[in-house]
Amino acid sequence: MPELPTAVRGFGVTFRTMFKRVVTEQYPEAAAKYPPKPRFHGRHQLNRWADGLEKCIGCELCAWACPADAIFVEGADNSEGGRFSPGERYGRVYQINYLRCIFCGLCIEACPTRALTMTNEFELADNNRTDLIFTKEDLLAPLQAGMVLPPHDMVPGFTEKDYYAGKVIGATDTGSATDTAKEST
Amino acid sequence: MTIASGSEQTQTDLVDVVVDDINVRVPKGTLVIRVAEQMGVEIPRFCDHPLLDPVAACRMCLIEIDGVPKPQPACAITVADGMKIRTQRTSPVAEKAQSGVMEFLLLNHPLDCPICDKGGECPLQNQAMSSGRGETRFEGKKRTFEKPIAISSQILLDRERCVSCARCTRFADQIAGDPMLELLERGAQQQVGVADDAPFNSYFSGNTIQICPVGALTSTLYRFRSRPFDLVSTPTTCEHCASGCSLRTDVRRGEVTRRLAWDDPEVNEEWNCDKGRFAFRYIRQDRIESPLVREDGRLRPASWPEALDIAARGLAAAQGRVGVLTGGRLTAEDAYSYAKFARVALRTDDIDFRARMASDEEAQFLAALVAGQPLGPTYADLDAASNVVLVGFEPEDESPIVLLRLRRAALKANTRVWSISASLTGGLAKMQGTWVPCQPGAEAQVMDDAQKDGSDDAFGAALRTPGAVLLVGERLAGIPGALSAAAALARNTGARLGWVPRRAGERGALDAGALSGLLPGGRPLTDPAARREVSDLWGVQADELPRYAGRRGSVPIAQSADAVIVAGVDPVDDPQGEQLMAALAGDRFVLSLETHHGPISELADVVLPVAVDAERAGTYVDWEGRSRSFGTAISGVTTVTDSRVLAMLADAMDESIGRGDVMELRAELATLGHWTGDRMSAPDVRPAPPAAGGLRLASWRLLLDLGRMQQGEPHLAGTARPTEAVMSAATAASRGLTEGSLVTVSTPDGSLTLPLRLDEVAHDTVWLPMHSPGCSIVQDLGAVPGDVVEVVPGGPR
Ligand code: SF4
Ligand code: SF4
Ligand code: SF4
Ligand code: SF4
Ligand code: FES
Repeated sequence: MPELPTAVRGFGVTFRTMFKRVVTEQYPEAAAKYPPKPRFHGRHQLNRWADGLEKCIGCELCAWACPADAIFVEGADNSEGGRFSPGERYGRVYQINYLRCIFCGLCIEACPTRALTMTNEFELADNNRTDLIFTKEDLLAPLQAGMVLPPHDMVPGFTEKDYYAGKVIGATDTGSATDTAKEST
Repeated sequence: MTIASGSEQTQTDLVDVVVDDINVRVPKGTLVIRVAEQMGVEIPRFCDHPLLDPVAACRMCLIEIDGVPKPQPACAITVADGMKIRTQRTSPVAEKAQSGVMEFLLLNHPLDCPICDKGGECPLQNQAMSSGRGETRFEGKKRTFEKPIAISSQILLDRERCVSCARCTRFADQIAGDPMLELLERGAQQQVGVADDAPFNSYFSGNTIQICPVGALTSTLYRFRSRPFDLVSTPTTCEHCASGCSLRTDVRRGEVTRRLAWDDPEVNEEWNCDKGRFAFRYIRQDRIESPLVREDGRLRPASWPEALDIAARGLAAAQGRVGVLTGGRLTAEDAYSYAKFARVALRTDDIDFRARMASDEEAQFLAALVAGQPLGPTYADLDAASNVVLVGFEPEDESPIVLLRLRRAALKANTRVWSISASLTGGLAKMQGTWVPCQPGAEAQVMDDAQKDGSDDAFGAALRTPGAVLLVGERLAGIPGALSAAAALARNTGARLGWVPRRAGERGALDAGALSGLLPGGRPLTDPAARREVSDLWGVQADELPRYAGRRGSVPIAQSADAVIVAGVDPVDDPQGEQLMAALAGDRFVLSLETHHGPISELADVVLPVAVDAERAGTYVDWEGRSRSFGTAISGVTTVTDSRVLAMLADAMDESIGRGDVMELRAELATLGHWTGDRMSAPDVRPAPPAAGGLRLASWRLLLDLGRMQQGEPHLAGTARPTEAVMSAATAASRGLTEGSLVTVSTPDGSLTLPLRLDEVAHDTVWLPMHSPGCSIVQDLGAVPGDVVEVVPGGPR
C-alpha cells in the first residue's frame, strides 16, 4: 500500500488530538481554581503590630541577606510624636526592586522581627521599570480592624518588650492610639 | 625568622621567643600581641589599642606562656628572652580561656545588633564568631540600663553594649587630655559615665566612637543612617584647618553619611577633631546651582556660555586693572590656577589669598621664610623637639592635631612647651606648658626683649637648645613687628620656625603664588631667573609677566581695581570686611566663583558655581608644607572646579592657561618645585611702642564657632565652648567685676554683654571669643585683638 503523503499524516495527529481531554487551563479566567500553595514565595509584605505600629526596625538585615541586592532600607529614629514602630528605630525608607528579586526568601529568614514575610501574590508584571520598585507604602500590610495608622505612641503602659512578647492585642479602646498620643502630650 | 624593622637593631636589642612553635627574634619590650600580629596570628582583643597604654581590662587576649600557671593577657605582657608563647592556634588552654571570656562578655550583652550602628563592623560580633560558642548557656535575666543616654549633644552611650574596655576613657585621658569620661561602679554594674554637670564636650570626642570596639558609643549625626556595606569610602583630607588630617569619607547613595579619622602616622595618627568629623552638612546647604548674571539689578540664572561671555567681557573691559581675592580655603591646584590666570590672562599682580587680618609685614615674612620652602618643621620635629615656643597660636582651637602631638611629646618625650599668650588656656595646661603672660599686642616686645643681651627670659634660652621650634600663628599678622621679631628670634637662637595658618588652603595658596610679588614655589616676581622658569612653563615671554609686585590686602586691591574676582572669601573673617564690601558694592565689575550663596555672591555681577572639595579631587598643603591630596567623594551639585572655570574664562578671553584639570595642574606644580635662589629678606618692623593704660582685648577663634562650614550641625554646636569673657581675678577685682556675673564690654563702635569667668589671664586684659554665638568682636565691637576696650559690670543700659 502506498504511503500517504507526510503532510496528510500530520493532519491525522491534529485530528486525533481534537478528541482528547484538554489539559490547558485558562488564565486569568480559571486562576481561582488553582491557588498557589500556602508556602509559595510571592510578593513581600511588611507586617504591623496589632495596634498598627510597624514591625520593621530598619535594620537592613534583609538587604544584607539578599543575594540579588533587591532591597533598599534606610533606618531612622522614632521621635516624640513621630513614632512608627516600638523601640528606637524604624524603617524610614523601604524598597524592593521586583526586577531583581528572585523570590528566594532569604530576606524573610534574616528579618529579626518577622516584619517581612511573603504573600502568595505572584501577579507582578508591569510595562515599566519604575512601577516594579515597590515602596514602603506598597509593601505595608493593610490596616486591620483595631489598628491605627502610625505615627502614634505605643499603647500606654507598654514598652517595646511587651510588643515583642506579644502582649499588645490592639490599639487602646479609649479611642484610637493617635488620640491617646494627643492626650498624653 | 627575625622581626625587626631595618637592620640597625643591634643584637642586644633582640630577644628570642617561640610563638606557636615558631622561633622568632623580636626587639626587647615588644608586647606579645604585637609579635603575634607581625607573624600573622590574630589574637582576639577589645581593650588593646596601639596608641593607648595597655590596661588588660577585657581579658579577651589570653594566651598561654610556658611555666606560667594561668593564661596571661597578650596585650600587657612584653616578651622576655626564651619565652615560649602559645596562642589559641596551638593551645587549647588559651582557646578555652578566650571562649570563656567571650561567654562572660555576652552574658549581659543585649541582642541589639539589628538596631546597633556597629552591626556589620563590630569587633564583638566578629570575635564572637571566631572565638565564642555558637549557642548561649545563660538562662538568667540580662542586666539592662536605660538607653541611650546622651553624654554630650553629639555622643550617645548605650551602657548595655559596653564591654568596659576603657578605650574611650583612656583616649579621653591619655590622648585628648579631657578626662571627662570615667568607668563607674563595679561588677555587672560597671559602666562608662560623665559627671552630671560636665558633659563630654571634648573637641576630640568623636574619636571615642571610632575606637569603641562595640556600639556603646554612637553619634547623633550617624545614628541609624547606614550600614557599613552601604558605604563607599574615599580617602580625603580635612578642609577645616591646616592640621592636614587624613580622613575617610563614607558616602551612601551620593550623600556623605560620616567621616572617620584615617590612619596617617606622620600627621594625624589615627585621630582627628570633631569639626573635621562632624561638620559636613554644609556641603548640601544653600549651594549655588547654576551660573547667575545680574540683569536690571537682580541676579538671574544663566547658561554657562552666557555667564562666561559676560564675565570675560567684564574682565577684558578692565584692561589689566583687575584684582583677584582668593580666600584661604582653595585647594593648592585652584590657588595655582588663580595665580597663573592673574598673571597670564589678566596681566595683573594684584592678588592676595589673605581674607583675614593681614599686613605687608606678614607678606614679606611669608615670602622670605615660608613660601615654597621644603617640608618642615614637621609633626615629627615637634615630637623630637627639646622646646617648642608658641606665639599668637592656640593649638587646641586653631590646629588641634598640633595640640595632640605637643601633648604627647610633653608627656612622653620631655618636650617642653611655652606659650607667649594672653591667657593660660586649658590647652596649654594639657601640654603641661609654661605660660609667658603677654598683653595682646605686646608679643613683638616680649620676643624682642628675649633677644636683648643679658635677657633672662627663660623661653629665649629654651629656644637656644638644639632641636627647638618656634611656632607662630597667623594671628601675629595683626600685631605690628611681631613677625619681624619672630623671624629675628628664630635666626638668633637657631630655632626652627613654623607658621601655622588656620585655614586649610592658606599654605597651598602661598606656595602656589596667590600673593602679589610671589610666583609659584616661593619665586620672587622680580627675580629674572625665577621669571624665566615660570614664563617658560606657562608658555609666555618673561616680559609679559607683571613687572612689579602688585597691591596687597583685600581692601586696597578691591578699591583700586575696575574688576575684581572673588573666590571663597567670607567678609566676616576680615576685620576690614565692611570696607571690602563697600568697595565691592561700588562701581566695579565683580565676578564671584563660589560654592555657597553669601554676601559676596549677592552683590556680584556674575556668579559662577564651583564644586566643594567632596565633589572634586585636589590637594591641601598643611602647616608643615606637606601635600595632602584627596579624591572625589561624591558627584553632588557640580564637578566644575575653580581651575576649570578659569580655564574656560581664559578661553573666552582668547588666552590660554591649560585645561584646568587636576592632574595637569599637579604636574605643573611638581615641575616648578621649590625655589632655591635668593629670596626677599625677612621684615624688620619695629614693635609699636607699648600703649599706655586701658584694658586690652585678647581674642581668637574657637574651634567650634559660627564658621560658615559648621552650619547645620546643631549637635556639634552643642559641644562648643560657652561664650564668655575671661579675665584675671586681680583685673576683675580692680574694676569691681565678679565671677559669673554679666559684664558689658564696649568700644566706641558697639558693646557686648556676656558672663565673666575668672582665670589666668595677663593683667589688664579681657579675652573674648572672636566669632562665637552672641559674640563677634569685629561685627559687634568693631575691634581687633590688642585694641582698648571698656568693661563694666551689668547688662546693657
Ligand atoms: S526574596 Fe530573595 S531576592 Fe527577593 S528580596 Fe528577598 S532575599 Fe532578595
Ligand atoms: S524588614 Fe525586617 S530585616 Fe528588613 S529592615 Fe525591616 S526589620 Fe530589618
Ligand atoms: S555592639 Fe556589636 S554585638 Fe553588640 S549589639 Fe552592637 S553590633 Fe551587636
Ligand atoms: S564605651 Fe566602648 S570604648 Fe568605652 S569602655 Fe565601653 S566598650 Fe570600651
Ligand atoms: S585586649 Fe588584652 S586584655 Fe583586653
